[in-house]
Amino acid sequence: MSTDGNTLLSIDNIEVIYDHVILVLKGVSLKVPEGGIVALLGANGAGKTTTLKAVSNLLRAERGEVTKGSIEFRGERIDKLSPSDLVKKGAIQVMEGRHCFEHLTVEENLLTGAYTRKDGNRAVKDSLDLVYTYFPRLKDRMRSQAGYISGGEQQMTAIGRALMANPSLILLDEPSMGLAPQLVEEIFEIVARLNREEGVSFLLAEQNTTVALRYASYGYILENGRVVMDGEASSLAENEDVKEFYLGISGAERKNYRETKHYRRRKRWLA
Amino acid sequence: MLEFAFQEPMFALEVIIGGLLSGIMYSLVALGFVLIFKASGIFNFAQGALVLFAALTFVKMLEFGVNFWLAIVITLAIMMVLALSIERVVLRPLVNQPLIILFMATIGLNFLIEGLAQGIWGAEVHSLDLGIPEEPLEGLMDAVGISITYFELASAGIAAAMVFGLSIFFNKTRVGRALRAVADDHQAAMSVGIPLQHIWALTWAAAGIVALVAGMLWGAKIGVQFSLALLALKALPVLILGGFDSVAGAIVGGLIIGALEKFSEVFIGPYVGGAIENWFPYVFATVFLLFRPQGLFGQKIIERV
Repeated sequence: MSTDGNTLLSIDNIEVIYDHVILVLKGVSLKVPEGGIVALLGANGAGKTTTLKAVSNLLRAERGEVTKGSIEFRGERIDKLSPSDLVKKGAIQVMEGRHCFEHLTVEENLLTGAYTRKDGNRAVKDSLDLVYTYFPRLKDRMRSQAGYISGGEQQMTAIGRALMANPSLILLDEPSMGLAPQLVEEIFEIVARLNREEGVSFLLAEQNTTVALRYASYGYILENGRVVMDGEASSLAENEDVKEFYLGISGAERKNYRETKHYRRRKRWLA
Repeated sequence: MLEFAFQEPMFALEVIIGGLLSGIMYSLVALGFVLIFKASGIFNFAQGALVLFAALTFVKMLEFGVNFWLAIVITLAIMMVLALSIERVVLRPLVNQPLIILFMATIGLNFLIEGLAQGIWGAEVHSLDLGIPEEPLEGLMDAVGISITYFELASAGIAAAMVFGLSIFFNKTRVGRALRAVADDHQAAMSVGIPLQHIWALTWAAAGIVALVAGMLWGAKIGVQFSLALLALKALPVLILGGFDSVAGAIVGGLIIGALEKFSEVFIGPYVGGAIENWFPYVFATVFLLFRPQGLFGQKIIERV
């Protein structure tokens, strides 16, 4: 992707260090175009969540720090902003594991998402109705405590809550975690609709590579804190290495588990 | 003696009413704890010290010859500054730390504020007159023979007003909702753009205001002195009974503990040699804890299986 005028988020060669010693990201660069869905793929501990938190500035609360590189949102440096200021600018994170406010009702959860908005109750009410049209299930559960609804409904609540901030970019961390395949599909379908109809861009961290590549337009593969490969989602899905390591489909002959692991240890991404 | 309670229902009633009214006073202290617990999940050990600090500051202002209302305003301002400094110096660096660490920090704060209060304003006992008469309402005395003082009535009124205000604030306002959100999940609250710093500063300022009200009323009752800081201990059984995070619980808990204290002293005390008023509530609260750890009105701990 070239640097055309409509880049929404651009991360340039960032390095992230936790507790002053643990180097987690070793120079990650990526771009999210206006209106795009970009997938950030990789195994556990590859640095997906850290990348998202570096953008949303939730890192600092975990004693992490962006020590090199820059992050720009709409061409403006955002690495020194507080999470709250960033939400006001239109980028919001949906954290891994949903993190609903358990003791608040579903509707109250949604309303907390509008905390930073200054455009009046009328507009907030409209957003609430909009969220309910995308997630009709939440309307049925609006008076239930969020701690008691199902995992899928919690994920919907978390996404709906982020929508209430009226964002142009949602950093969506592992939305498929712990959900049944059918629900995963349902949630990704809604994400795609939000993208199409409301123009919300997504940066999506996922371990479920198959689904993520199906809905994303572009993908980055992260390994050990580095981007090892990137490309159009469709071409990534066709790539032999991606197929083998992340989609569990091997090109030539089927390998048994032990051989795959062994192969993987030797293999380096040189592309 | 228990039979005596049934033989003399009016006397028993008077004992219970007296207890309820002193219970309201405990509720006032407990409210401060509830505020901070609700907004941050921290049991604020320093609440008693805040009460002492507020009361001492207020009474000193009066002694300097400041007008009553102006003294309230100045004390409130000082409590705000104190709240902001606590947030900036103690709480902000501890964001996302386990709650036990925050709790330990409030223990430290407790001693710091106690020392500060006495260091700045001195340690002598001051009397405080709020201008509310300590005489019983004659009408009530004549009609049913029960004595309730104007002061008790005023404290009950103030407590009721505070509960009403706080309930509306927590349940109906944007900021109140944000406070409860922060209490549930600091990180998630940050992620949706709720500024933790503002929320915490606000909560501690609110707790400061509650502390001032409690300090003024208690100060008028027992004098402004160091023992005000120990009121925090009196609030403990109230909180256990009512639930740490419930405004209504603080009030109901206070009423029950107050009534229980007096009732047990008068009617059970003689069997066991008296003076059980001081420890009976704690025993009761401990037993209660075994059956309903979240208190009467506390939030249930949600566990998904």
